[in-house]
Amino acid sequence: MSSTPAPRTREAFQSRYAFILAAIGSAVGLGNIWRFPYVAYDNGGGAFMIPYLVALLTAGIPVLFLDYAIGHRFQGSPPLAYRRMARAAEPIGWWQMGICFVIGVYYAVIIAWAGMYTVLSFTKGWGKDPKAYLFGDFLKLADKPGVEFSFVWPIFGVLALVWLVTIAALAAGVQNGIAKVSIVFIPLLVVSFLVLVVIAMTLPGASTGLDALFKPDWSALTHPGVWVAAYGQIFFSLSVAFGIMITYASYLKRKTDLTGSGLVVAFANSGFELLAAFGVFAVLGFMSQASGTPISKVAGDGIGLAFVAFPAIINEAGALGIVIGVLFFASLVMAGFTSLVSIVEVVVSTVRDKTGWGRVPATLAVGGAMAVISLLLFPTTTGLYLLDTSDAFVNNLGIVGAAIASMVVVTFALRKLPELARHVNSVSSFTLGPLWYFVVGGLTPAVLMYLLINDVIDKAKNGYEGYPGWFNGVFGWGMSAALIVIALLMSLLPWHDRSSLHQQATYEDQHVTEEELA
Amino acid sequence: MSGDAIIMMLVATCTIWGGLVLAVINLMRTREAVDGEPLAEHEL
Repeated sequence: MSSTPAPRTREAFQSRYAFILAAIGSAVGLGNIWRFPYVAYDNGGGAFMIPYLVALLTAGIPVLFLDYAIGHRFQGSPPLAYRRMARAAEPIGWWQMGICFVIGVYYAVIIAWAGMYTVLSFTKGWGKDPKAYLFGDFLKLADKPGVEFSFVWPIFGVLALVWLVTIAALAAGVQNGIAKVSIVFIPLLVVSFLVLVVIAMTLPGASTGLDALFKPDWSALTHPGVWVAAYGQIFFSLSVAFGIMITYASYLKRKTDLTGSGLVVAFANSGFELLAAFGVFAVLGFMSQASGTPISKVAGDGIGLAFVAFPAIINEAGALGIVIGVLFFASLVMAGFTSLVSIVEVVVSTVRDKTGWGRVPATLAVGGAMAVISLLLFPTTTGLYLLDTSDAFVNNLGIVGAAIASMVVVTFALRKLPELARHVNSVSSFTLGPLWYFVVGGLTPAVLMYLLINDVIDKAKNGYEGYPGWFNGVFGWGMSAALIVIALLMSLLPWHDRSSLHQQATYEDQHVTEEELA
Repeated sequence: MSGDAIIMMLVATCTIWGGLVLAVINLMRTREAVDGEPLAEHEL
């Protein structure tokens, strides 16, 4: 028998508060600010709170617990965790890692844009026509989708800086990098957005916006699409089922209250997006009144809300607009950056677990590769088209597909839910039982399957955004299929003796006694 | 703002932020993990 080095100990968060802030940092991202408010408004307003809360309790929180259970029990990045569960489940972990790789590569450029718009806010540098500025002078958007290596050098430079900072944070490690980033930025983000909301609520017309957001349309509750929208919003908002929470939970000490921590993370995430909704609709109400346009015409989401509507609002708000702009775009940077760190960490952790490399070499390798791809594709005149398509397909096909696969395999093929529940219950305040099995094994996969099938049919019939078939074929369908193929191929590679599979034991493997767990 | 909107705003605020407060109180009642296990060192 060959001699092997002494077992390695896995990196860990030094306290559960560090973990909780890091998990909140991962969950709270761009979507909390620019997606939730519009989804709520467009799906019944105040009445949407009912399906939203139901979805939080019956899908978001249970699936979050599942991720925590897998990560903490099997002590690894997604490929390692699933591999330890069962050899045949390993591809699911690689699929989740691949999803993180794709998302990380395009997510960084949005943070770059937000950073640049923070600076532009001081002078309202987008001028009188923010839309023309965004697509013209700023992005220099090409006339049609394609792949052009015509670089927009200011964006290239800022994007490179985003990657440098991300790599530095990750290279510093779990506690000194990932945790510290969230310990600094999350309180700052909350304070910034609170100030923004207070200012927004004082603007004339703010109550009109809030009325539009919260006025309940009870008939919406009879539409299945509204319930699907609620489940979709919770699912995408909480950063569950694509490897982040598995990875972060693997860095927790043995005796951690998993469900107690998870409840804080879930409600903090929802609390922040509710706060964001107050702020966004208060300023939309102001814009509606100032321009004499109905809320329905000014309300929007995504990049249009952030980089067109908000600059227009800032233009109308005089000197106060500068404060609103700086706070809003700086909040996007902070929310986005803490999420980006968590996304890239999944890939770094995977490489470390698979190869046995130290943190710095793995971070440089992963961060370097992702940065190169990101810099080649996204700060270009066609970057927005690539981002739009990649995002639509990786979220609605990739994340949803991997989530369904995970829940179905873990529940029915591997029958691991009782073991995971026992593990969680041995250390947690809030215990899991048959209701959790039903939700994770039945309800949530069923809702996600409905989401997935509807989206696949819609995209197959109608394409996406009118982009050319070849473009959606390569960067949408092709990318989605490639992630699955690569996952299957990666799972065929053996695990080296120096890998974490052989060098890092799970808590159970360390023969924990009942007394230690009491 | 209409009465309905105010009510739903209060419902949303109280349930979500109230849930957060309860979750934090629950967590504070459970003991932090004992620092008996070695933390991993950086592997350079």
